[in-house]
Amino acid sequence: MSVSTPRAEKPVASPHAPGAAARRRDGRPRRGVKPSRILLVALLTVAALYFLLPVYWLLVASTKSSADLFGTFGLWFSDPQWPHNLSNVFSYDDGVFWSWTWNSVLYAGVGGTLATLLAGAAGYALAVYRFRGREAVFKAVLAGVLLPSTALALPMYLLFSKVGLANTYWAVLIPSMVSPFGVYLCRIYAEAAVPTEMLEAARVDGAGEWRIFGTLVLRTMTPALVTVFLFQFVGIWNNYFLPLVMLSDDRKYPITLGLTTWQTAADRTPELYQLTVGGAFVSVLPLAAAMLVLQRYWRSGLTQGSVKG
Amino acid sequence: MSTETTRTTTSAPGSRRSARPDRAAWGFLLPFVALFLLTFVLPLGYAVYQSLLTPVRSGPLGLGPATLGFAGLDNYALALEQSAFLESFARVLLFGLVQIPVMLLLSTTLALALDTLSHRWAGILRAAYFLPYGIPGVIASILWGFLYVPGVSPIVDLLGKAGLAPDFLGYGNVLWSIANIVIWEFAGYNMLVIVAQLKAIPQELYEAARIDGASAWQTAVRIKLPLARPALVLTGVFSIIGTLQLFVEPLVIKPLTSAVTSSYTPNLSAYNEAFANNNIYLAAAESVILALAASVLSFGFLSLVNRKERRDAR
Repeated sequence: MSVSTPRAEKPVASPHAPGAAARRRDGRPRRGVKPSRILLVALLTVAALYFLLPVYWLLVASTKSSADLFGTFGLWFSDPQWPHNLSNVFSYDDGVFWSWTWNSVLYAGVGGTLATLLAGAAGYALAVYRFRGREAVFKAVLAGVLLPSTALALPMYLLFSKVGLANTYWAVLIPSMVSPFGVYLCRIYAEAAVPTEMLEAARVDGAGEWRIFGTLVLRTMTPALVTVFLFQFVGIWNNYFLPLVMLSDDRKYPITLGLTTWQTAADRTPELYQLTVGGAFVSVLPLAAAMLVLQRYWRSGLTQGSVKG
Repeated sequence: MSTETTRTTTSAPGSRRSARPDRAAWGFLLPFVALFLLTFVLPLGYAVYQSLLTPVRSGPLGLGPATLGFAGLDNYALALEQSAFLESFARVLLFGLVQIPVMLLLSTTLALALDTLSHRWAGILRAAYFLPYGIPGVIASILWGFLYVPGVSPIVDLLGKAGLAPDFLGYGNVLWSIANIVIWEFAGYNMLVIVAQLKAIPQELYEAARIDGASAWQTAVRIKLPLARPALVLTGVFSIIGTLQLFVEPLVIKPLTSAVTSSYTPNLSAYNEAFANNNIYLAAAESVILALAASVLSFGFLSLVNRKERRDAR
């Protein structure tokens, strides 16, 4: 029996619009500057000021002493004492800020990675296999996307405290590993980007389903996985309600929760105003930097979700 | 067997051999599905169950130990009788009716405007607009809180010098000051979703419009805007769900003003029932009402949009 196997050719369904990159978009002829053009630039500039001003204020405020924070004009420097302020942030209360930072990295890093792998596997299964219960699972996933997560956090806390999981790292990590929206994105991407021929060829070559997934599929799905990871990482890093409900030990807090304890205590301990501002500044830095570097990946991955969705 | 049949089996995924792939499919799904059951289905079921219970006092004068009794829909009736809880719903609805359109209008305008710029400038500005998304809602609220409080805020300072006395935290204004925080956080993110959609449109379409003599404005409104529709629907749904869950922003602003109460939003209300008043059964009922309202509104929005789409297609 001679079967000519259809070899995996180039990925059949390339999700990117062909030729889009080749065309230049800014090569239009220049006419005189029109009033509408000036209006447009003015609008964009005002918008930039709006989005950047609070961040700039934070930068300036983080260099000031507590007294200057209240006594001097907020948008200009006055007697900058950055090293002093930042070392205060990290040394206050036996360096609790270090714990918060580490916890945030742990929750977002581990939770984001596992959520991405689970979503990738589930999305791939929903896209490629036809099996009974497939539609039901996908509908449940869609319902999960639309359910407000905060409505679930309270009952989840009650359940977790019954089995002794409340106020542990797991209480934040377990819910962070589930991303219905990630499954949705991965399914759409896998449908477009994983060629059936490639899977058949690998099967004929004797590769098991898990090996195919681990070697071929994960590589093909990388853009979608990067997007899902970023979504989930930012989502967990910014999450407040879940840790607020689940945790009572402030050494397990992420940065978001920790900073609000400083902010609310600042009424009685005014030095905490400066620490809140300094801590906010420090915590904004890593994510803002990641945001600027990674927005390119983010964009190309997102396209898959919104076009077909 | 010929090449021909091989090809038909591969191109029709419905006819895949069953047993092995079937098991493999569930193998891939299992970790996600198990955790999904644990963190979505089970809590939802538990919330519904708890919402039907109430502590019943036993013994003379009701001083004996409390046992749990079936309460029927009493907790729901109790939640809906509280005017503060109903007001909180009315508040977030009003909030959403104003904040979501303003934000999406801003996001769309920025996306369309950036699309007409040269590549380099568009990149820099896009990054600037997107930056707030990387800042946690808590920190954004702390930040804007400082910018609202007279004495620290340079904005109040400058407006004061101009002869104005804005009261960002007053009773009438604080809801819109919170709306401003939410817009600041998410306008850039929504803009990026729309930009992604615009980038997926074949460039030939723009070329054709330009050859036909369409102005930049006409291209934006007649071609780009309709094609960006799926992105607008997506951001619309997520904004509706987000608005109903409003929690962090009012919680952080609360110490700064008496205008924000402990039942300012449905979520704050449920949180306070559970942790301040220790009434987890009422809190469960409020959570279920919140989840119901969110699904009714988001499904309603989606079917409205779909119906309109079908009508437009005809």
